[in-house]
Amino acid sequence: MQFVNLAAEEKINPLIPHTAELVVGAIAFTLLFLTLRKFVVPMFEKAYTERTNAIQGGMERAEKAQLEAQRALVQYNEQLSKAREEAQTLREEARVQGAAIIEDLRAKAQEEAARVTATAHSSIEAERQQAVTSLRAEVGALAIELASKIVGEALDDQARQSRVVDRFLDDLEASK
Amino acid sequence: MRVLLRSEAQGGGFVPPSSNDFELPPIFGNNIYTTKPIALVFLSVILISVFFILASRKAAVVPSKLQFAGESVYSFVRNDLAKDVIGHDFLRFVPYLFTLFTFILVNNLFGIIPLLQFPSMSRVSFPYILALSVYLVFHYVGIRKQGAVKYFKEIMFMPGVPKAAYILITPLEILTFFLVRPLTLSLRLFANMFAGHLLLLVFILGGDHLLQGVIGLKLISPFAFGIGIVLTFFEFMVQCLQAYIFTLLAALYIAGALADEH
Repeated sequence: MQFVNLAAEEKINPLIPHTAELVVGAIAFTLLFLTLRKFVVPMFEKAYTERTNAIQGGMERAEKAQLEAQRALVQYNEQLSKAREEAQTLREEARVQGAAIIEDLRAKAQEEAARVTATAHSSIEAERQQAVTSLRAEVGALAIELASKIVGEALDDQARQSRVVDRFLDDLEASK
Repeated sequence: MRVLLRSEAQGGGFVPPSSNDFELPPIFGNNIYTTKPIALVFLSVILISVFFILASRKAAVVPSKLQFAGESVYSFVRNDLAKDVIGHDFLRFVPYLFTLFTFILVNNLFGIIPLLQFPSMSRVSFPYILALSVYLVFHYVGIRKQGAVKYFKEIMFMPGVPKAAYILITPLEILTFFLVRPLTLSLRLFANMFAGHLLLLVFILGGDHLLQGVIGLKLISPFAFGIGIVLTFFEFMVQCLQAYIFTLLAALYIAGALADEH
């Protein structure tokens, strides 16, 4: 009711502060400040830090994985090229070795052939010699036998001699 | 209750709302600590504390909706105000700026919240107290950072200025740092809230008064109420803006006191 009287009377200067409000304002603000500083700000900051860490950790992990992958790729490439090189040298070696083997085999075969030929030659020669020898002996014997036969017969019979001569002549005639 | 008091006092004739309308009577008897603005200020402390404690309690990496809402306000003050303005070493001012912003914002918003509908900051005592705290903080920070002699010397004799200019600049600088800054800071907030509330009173009480008049006046009264509603939205903007400006300036003053040269 005191207020009603005030309103009816003069205007109040709104720029003049009230002691009660000043006190309350100071207390309320300090109270709020202390509360927020003690309970709210640390928690929000904690969430902030954790989130930043989580994001940073994730990014670091991803980066690490990427680096790892890159390193693995380089390693694989290196290994691959090394393997290729190795294969190349192996192939080269194999080729050289193959050629050597072929050369070797050929030489061996030629040698073998030469040996076989030589053996054959010598055996043929030996057989020829043998044949010649035996032939010579046989021919001698035969000639002697034949000669003796011819001679015998001639001695036996004049008529037969003439028959032989005739037959010889007939044969000559027939062969013409 | 106020309207009742008004009509009692005025006896029918419409008297435009004045600064007297901001002088609310104590709710309980004659205890001057039980006025509406004081109750609102305490209510704001409780609301802000409860809301932010609940929002920040879990402090999860993946925030809940409540935490996200609380964190949005917090990170606005932390990053857009403190970090951008003060720069490195801003973190120790975050609790203070955060308190300033939320305290002013909520008390301003009381001006348009139904049933409460009174911006506590239209009582000049509260802006005075807040400006005083800013005043103390930024001078304290400056003295701590640069030492009392150097700090006051740099305020009074700004380096890099021709000697003759000190005649003009020194009084101005002293005025700025010790009088103008705290006064403008508090009066800007107070006047905006005061004028905004007065404007709403004019249109809403006026509309109400028109409604009690003759038929022609009754027809005009919806326009008055309509403007009152539009102004309420406008007030919402102003209330947020003033909370932002006050905190921004506080951060700027702190940053200025921390900087080696003004």
